[in-house]
Amino acid sequence: MSPTHAALATAADTHGFLSPTGVEIVFLLVGLVTFGAALVTVTTRQLVHAALWLVVTLGGLAVEYLLLTAEFIAWVQVLIYVGSVVVLLLFGLMLTRAPIGRSPDADSGNRWAALTVALASAATLVWVVVDAFRTTWIDLDGPAAGSTRATGESLFQNWVLPFEALSVLLLAALVGAIVLSRKAKAESSSPPVNSRAKNGSSPPAPDSRNHPIGRNGSPEGTEPAEQEGAR
Amino acid sequence: MHLAYPAVLSALLFCTGLYGVLARRNAILVLMSVELMLNAVNLNLVAFDVWLSKAAEETLHSGQALTLFTITIAAAEIGIGLAIVLAVHRNRGTADIDKLRDTAEGHESDGPDRDASTAAQAEKAEATA
Repeated sequence: MSPTHAALATAADTHGFLSPTGVEIVFLLVGLVTFGAALVTVTTRQLVHAALWLVVTLGGLAVEYLLLTAEFIAWVQVLIYVGSVVVLLLFGLMLTRAPIGRSPDADSGNRWAALTVALASAATLVWVVVDAFRTTWIDLDGPAAGSTRATGESLFQNWVLPFEALSVLLLAALVGAIVLSRKAKAESSSPPVNSRAKNGSSPPAPDSRNHPIGRNGSPEGTEPAEQEGAR
Repeated sequence: MHLAYPAVLSALLFCTGLYGVLARRNAILVLMSVELMLNAVNLNLVAFDVWLSKAAEETLHSGQALTLFTITIAAAEIGIGLAIVLAVHRNRGTADIDKLRDTAEGHESDGPDRDASTAAQAEKAEATA
């Protein structure tokens, strides 16, 4: 008991509560940017802007990983999230014909219930976390805890079997994505059940519907409900 | 560094993602919010791993290994999720999760409900035009 109390007392002495270090200030500033970008991501009405603000959020998180001395995770974050996941999301937005401008129905009707749930859970989580880790400090001095050497050694000494299982999972996901896409194509080659499926299965070429001029007089004779549904 | 900084940031990001999942209507925006929640968990894992590797001299680095696994699973999830969303968009012409009510209880037939909703949206489009 007493050694931990002594350790806590010395920790509280060396790390004052109200005197943040430089790393903490940088972490706080980057964290504010990250959190603000996340808020814009979930609240903006322009779908493409949401994906671009997601890039800011994920990049900010990569900087936070660097500040926590986890270099390898930071660069994996930049490579996989910013490099591929956001690009995939942008392709998905393009292929589902997301409108370029504002879309008035980006939020559903239950946004106030969602806001209530989110604020309640945020208050609960922040209170619990601050109460639990009030006197805990991360020691960032010394050798980096998350250098590529340390991460690789632990990954290939202790985590080899989950790592290999994960590669099988990635392969399964790849095959699954291909099967899902192929099945849709095979169904569209068969005679469509209704005209909606026929319209929807046409290749998503850049058509004139996204332009405000072409939207008023749509030459294909599609009803405006179809355009609304495409959002 | 105080451990509360990354923990609080992670909690706030998680709740932002929670709001996005609950409030968004486009399926791809819901996927983006799920990515936010996964990233919040990753930040927690990394912070606690760095703390424990120094405080408890834990050399397993389980937090970082699990972060890598989470990133991989998130990549697989976004691939499968986008494939499903694109298949739904091809078949239905919409990526709006409020209109995909095939498995909802209390809707025996999908057709009239969808026609009614599209008619309401057509009226809305005419009103805004």
